[in-house]
Amino acid sequence: MLIALLVMSALALLLGAVLGFSAIKFRVEGNPLVDKIDAVLPQTQCGQCGYPGCKPYATAIAAGEADINCCPPGGEEGIRKLADLLGVEFKPFGADTAGPKPKSVAFIDESTCIGCTLCIQACPVDAIVGAAKQMHTIVAAECTGCELCVPPCPVDCISMAVIADNISTWKWQYPVFPLRAVPAASQTTANI
Amino acid sequence: MRTLYHFHGGVHPPTHKSQSVQTPIAQAGLPTRLLVPLHQHVGNSAKPSVQVGERVLKGQIFGMPEGSVSSAVHAPTSGIISAIDMQVVAHPSGLPDLCVTLIPDGRDEWIKREPLDYRSVSPGDLRQLLRFAGVVGLGGAVFPSDLKLRGGKHKITTLVINGAECEPYITCDDMLMRERADEIVRGAEMMRYILAADEVLIGIEDNKPEAIAAMRAAVIANRLASMEIVPVPTIYPGGGAKQLIRVLTGIEVAAGVRSTDMGVQCFNVATAYSAYRAIAHGEPLISRIVTVTGNVQRPQNFEVLIGMPVHELVALAQPGSDTNGHIMGGPMMGVTLPSDRVTVTKATNCIIESSPALFPPPRQPLPCIRCTRCAEVCPAELQPQELYWFARARDFGKAQEYHLFDCIECGACSYVCPSSIPLVQYYRFAKSEIWANEREKEAANLARERHEYRELRIERDKQEKAEKLAQKEIAALAAKAAAPAAQPPAQTAPAQPAVGDPNAGDTAQQMINAAIARAKEQAAAVKAKNTEALTPQQQAEIAEIEARRAKLRAMSHPDAESPQE
Repeated sequence: MLIALLVMSALALLLGAVLGFSAIKFRVEGNPLVDKIDAVLPQTQCGQCGYPGCKPYATAIAAGEADINCCPPGGEEGIRKLADLLGVEFKPFGADTAGPKPKSVAFIDESTCIGCTLCIQACPVDAIVGAAKQMHTIVAAECTGCELCVPPCPVDCISMAVIADNISTWKWQYPVFPLRAVPAASQTTANI
Repeated sequence: MRTLYHFHGGVHPPTHKSQSVQTPIAQAGLPTRLLVPLHQHVGNSAKPSVQVGERVLKGQIFGMPEGSVSSAVHAPTSGIISAIDMQVVAHPSGLPDLCVTLIPDGRDEWIKREPLDYRSVSPGDLRQLLRFAGVVGLGGAVFPSDLKLRGGKHKITTLVINGAECEPYITCDDMLMRERADEIVRGAEMMRYILAADEVLIGIEDNKPEAIAAMRAAVIANRLASMEIVPVPTIYPGGGAKQLIRVLTGIEVAAGVRSTDMGVQCFNVATAYSAYRAIAHGEPLISRIVTVTGNVQRPQNFEVLIGMPVHELVALAQPGSDTNGHIMGGPMMGVTLPSDRVTVTKATNCIIESSPALFPPPRQPLPCIRCTRCAEVCPAELQPQELYWFARARDFGKAQEYHLFDCIECGACSYVCPSSIPLVQYYRFAKSEIWANEREKEAANLARERHEYRELRIERDKQEKAEKLAQKEIAALAAKAAAPAAQPPAQTAPAQPAVGDPNAGDTAQQMINAAIARAKEQAAAVKAKNTEALTPQQQAEIAEIEARRAKLRAMSHPDAESPQE
């Protein structure tokens, strides 16, 4: 009886020591879930979700504070990916959330720019080049299209330009076939 | 006799090659204008190096290679550049790309050409020469040849020259081999020299006996012991690089591995020909052989200047009146051109004029019945039916697991599909979606990195500022402590409670009071200097300036001010 008790307590102590040691030794820095969620988010850093960037939004989702349908740049595709990752139901955009917009970049009308640097301070990814009282310009390749530079501009010289398809970004379409050729006459009646 | 190997699958579509080999290669001549795209190769667009209105000579460089994967673009004839702008190009998207428009002056005046003996030049210099001569793979992939000639991690033992030309209708390589075998063989020898390969195998499908004979004669005439012409069985897609390498050497190029890593490199015969012209004659790649066939009266091969409009080219072959489309490439892998106003590029090996009789509209696709005939014919040994389901369901991760990117889009699967499913269209769709996702991911990573760096920088700036401030404060304190010992306290500071005495109360309060007193003193001094005790002369000047200002104000706002008054 006594031996059994001793053995069991010795075992418990040993395993407890191992667990305690590994809890310190193999401690994971940060929350891996936050990084996984952050990897799915589009990194626009636009703050449309109500958080000051994608990482804070990811942290809020991981903590269960934020919903998954607050990221317009990610689109429905993004919500689906988040739902898959977190094992929750897909949720369409809320009524108060702005829907996704076509991908665009900011454009500075350089003849109007007064060189106030306010947009440079607003840009979350340092994609605007310029200096005080010097003309500013957007580095289009690095612009995420977050629109954060638009409101601070005192002379309204920044506009958003939708990125047009070009040969290198063009995509083959999903093959679509007409199921049945419908004569023009019956089509009009069908529409009525 | 060399042992030949088999590759998996393959099909035997009707070849339709005989109609376009009846007459020799004809010169397409000078069109009214040439529209030369600056992006005709894999990699970065060439950077325009000419101005609008400039006169250029034949072979003069139009666009410089930009970045490591790029190639040069040249003027196909002499003339005046009338525009450098976005024009619709020969691409299935029908989207515009940057093009140089050249109006020929009819004189066809060459730049200075420098013939070279390749043996006197180092392989590295020859590669550089090919890069600036715009030599790219003319089999259709248009990959810059200088990069392929760099070889791999391993020594290249075998150089394969691809004269198989397996795709139906196309005969440009066949005719080139019949008529210019000598140049091809010499070009292949130069490539062998650059790669330092041991042997050269020229694979030609056995349905081209004239080409095989001509090439054999050329090899014998040039006394090239390391070169061999190998007739290969006619089977589609026997002209695919991996398939031909398999047939000739027995080497199976594994997924995700380059053939160079297995000691084999492969070039098209037309590329060997262009390399020869570039090195031995100093002529850049400004023309190519194009087969014009299909619904035309006189199907034929033409030597065409790059940039010739397709409608002017097909007019030479007299297209039928019921022509309803233009296919660039063959019927298996080719793409339908957005219009006949686009121009011939380095990738254009064939133009097929289609008609309802030749290419009836595709049958209505039926559901997949899982017969796996596609898997039987797939030369890449994939499971096309699985890929189809995954692509259809947009399950791209799974499609990649099933090696979607090993698909060469040869179309053998669609050709045999009893349900007439356009399988290749699904694969192209899936591939371009995956590429787009990849690009987006890269952009997101860049944005994340830049955002994180910005946060870091802002934090660092804040810290540095705080540190500087703290240091300043310490310095000021030290100065304060040192000052009273040397100097008596200022007389004009009655509110100050005995600065000189270190024992007298709170030091911070003392400092603030001292600062206030100093500021007051300074303010008084400055005020006195500037606005008081002016000489009459100064006062007169001020009055004069004020008057001028008022006058200006009145002039600039005459309407605005009058009603107020």
